[in-house]
Amino acid sequence: MKADTIKNNSEAVAGGQYDAADKNSIGLVETQHFIYDQPFRTSSGRDLPSIELAFETYGTLNSDGRNAVLVCHALSGDHHAAGYHHSDDKKPGWWNHYIGPGKAIDTGLFYVVSVNNLGGCSGSTGPSSINPNTQTPWGPDFPTLRVRDWVASQHLLMGHLGIEQWAAVIGGSLGGMQALRWALEYPALLRHCVVLASAMKLSAQNIGFNNTARTAITNDPDFHDGRYYDHQTRPKNGLAIARMIGHITYLSGDLMGERFGRELRAGSFTQGVESNLEFQVESYLRHQGDKFAASFDANTYLLMLRALDYFDLAREYGDDPVAAFREAQCKFFVASFTSDWRFSPARSREMVDALIAAEKPVSYVEIESSLGHDSFLLPVQRYQTVFSAYMHKMSEECEIKGGELNAS
Amino acid sequence: MRPDFLTIEQWVTPHSRILDLGCGDGALLKFLQQKKQVRSLGVEIDANNIAACISNGIDVIEQDLDQGLANFADNSFDTVLLTQTLQAVHRPDFVLQEMLRVGKECIITFPNFGHWQARRYLLTRGKMPVSKFMPHEWYNTPNIHFCTVNDFEVLCEQRDISVLHRNFQAANYRDATASGPSVFSPIVDRWPNLFAAQAVYHVTN
Repeated sequence: MKADTIKNNSEAVAGGQYDAADKNSIGLVETQHFIYDQPFRTSSGRDLPSIELAFETYGTLNSDGRNAVLVCHALSGDHHAAGYHHSDDKKPGWWNHYIGPGKAIDTGLFYVVSVNNLGGCSGSTGPSSINPNTQTPWGPDFPTLRVRDWVASQHLLMGHLGIEQWAAVIGGSLGGMQALRWALEYPALLRHCVVLASAMKLSAQNIGFNNTARTAITNDPDFHDGRYYDHQTRPKNGLAIARMIGHITYLSGDLMGERFGRELRAGSFTQGVESNLEFQVESYLRHQGDKFAASFDANTYLLMLRALDYFDLAREYGDDPVAAFREAQCKFFVASFTSDWRFSPARSREMVDALIAAEKPVSYVEIESSLGHDSFLLPVQRYQTVFSAYMHKMSEECEIKGGELNAS
Repeated sequence: MRPDFLTIEQWVTPHSRILDLGCGDGALLKFLQQKKQVRSLGVEIDANNIAACISNGIDVIEQDLDQGLANFADNSFDTVLLTQTLQAVHRPDFVLQEMLRVGKECIITFPNFGHWQARRYLLTRGKMPVSKFMPHEWYNTPNIHFCTVNDFEVLCEQRDISVLHRNFQAANYRDATASGPSVFSPIVDRWPNLFAAQAVYHVTN
């Protein structure tokens, strides 16, 4: 019985198989590619000779171009946020619960743009891409990236798509950090900033978890100092452990207890019998780790984890978030989840307090949920209701001509 | 529309910054935005009300007033509103003190428990008054700190709170836009503790 529950839960993360009759699904979607054939200067001062970004769009851009929203992905996400690539796909994009016809980000109202971040491994230029100077994969030589580099590259894509101003930039977790950076770096180019289960910077505890994950990867004998491509191998074990650590922290203790308890998948505690014991939770985590390690590039994971650690919204503003937010011109919608202990409600409240002190328009909701950090990806009824309400109100403003901003 | 809205509108400066504590569905702030172009923020704890605020286009923060307003700076709002909420908080005096710290001025509206109908109800039936406006039984009411006009006056005096304006209303639920000033207004103003169903106070430190 437990095994079925786990399977159902893992399907529930994104939704089920492709169904052509599902009116709330965006259906089949295609990945597009944007090539920026000029040097891209990173925040670390290095130049990438050219960059390629994989992206998808859902919905239709209005004639006045006011209904475009940018969706930013988190640590292990990619540009495939909604719909299916093939009719036999087992799972839709990672945010299919919230993007589609009639959903919170209603593709009947909005033109949604979703990008695989620079440094990614799903079609955008990253450590596994070929370095044109050496004709071998970049590997550890790929520049260190920061959230602001993603925002800068998304800005290039924005120009390519002919979008003058986003109705909103939206993201959860690391994606929320991108949305925040957008509000400060390009204040005139977005009307709303939607920040879900995020923070202005990581805590020491968070960095500690991330470093443990990185160590698991770099200590894998198959890592070869990041040049594993040359050895025709991949640090799968290290990457699987890194993912398991992350996965545990993205769930809540209560949820894990409820899903797995102490149930055994194999063996027995009967005295006088020696057997190979395995808890359900062990099997589940191993499955999650292996599945991730089979498809994700370890160097990209290291790069993303570092960008997460390095992000500090107010660093360039004298460590004063109020001064930082004074730059912003958009409205803010911030949501946190009660059982999220990696990006706790306290971190979101700090953000909201700074926004209030900077006299910026902000709404904040604290959603009761037992699903931990992953709540922002999952169907949580109150979150769906209030997120939908905010987006729906936003769509009414898209009709208003003249481009005036509501910021104070 | 609630009759206290029109009174509040008169006391609010155009384009000022307004904080509404326990803002409900945001109807008052929306009204003040339309009439006075105020910059507004609501604080609310009820999930349905918060969603309604957002649908109304009213900025709202989910927060429990009983935890204080520590996240709001001193004098950071021109006016802080507390309408029909004072009686529902755990520490009305603490909330009032916090309001006066955060706002340069405050407007408070509350139902007057000294109203003659409440007195008659208690006198004749010997039971806690239940009315159309306050329909709850004593054991499930969110209104846990009822007071009278006189009680509020005493609190203001004890805490050195200056009353800028007072307004007393004979009814607290009728549609204010549907009727002009009541013929009973002079009586209500002369003996508010007996005849005011609702009191509206404009105060400052």
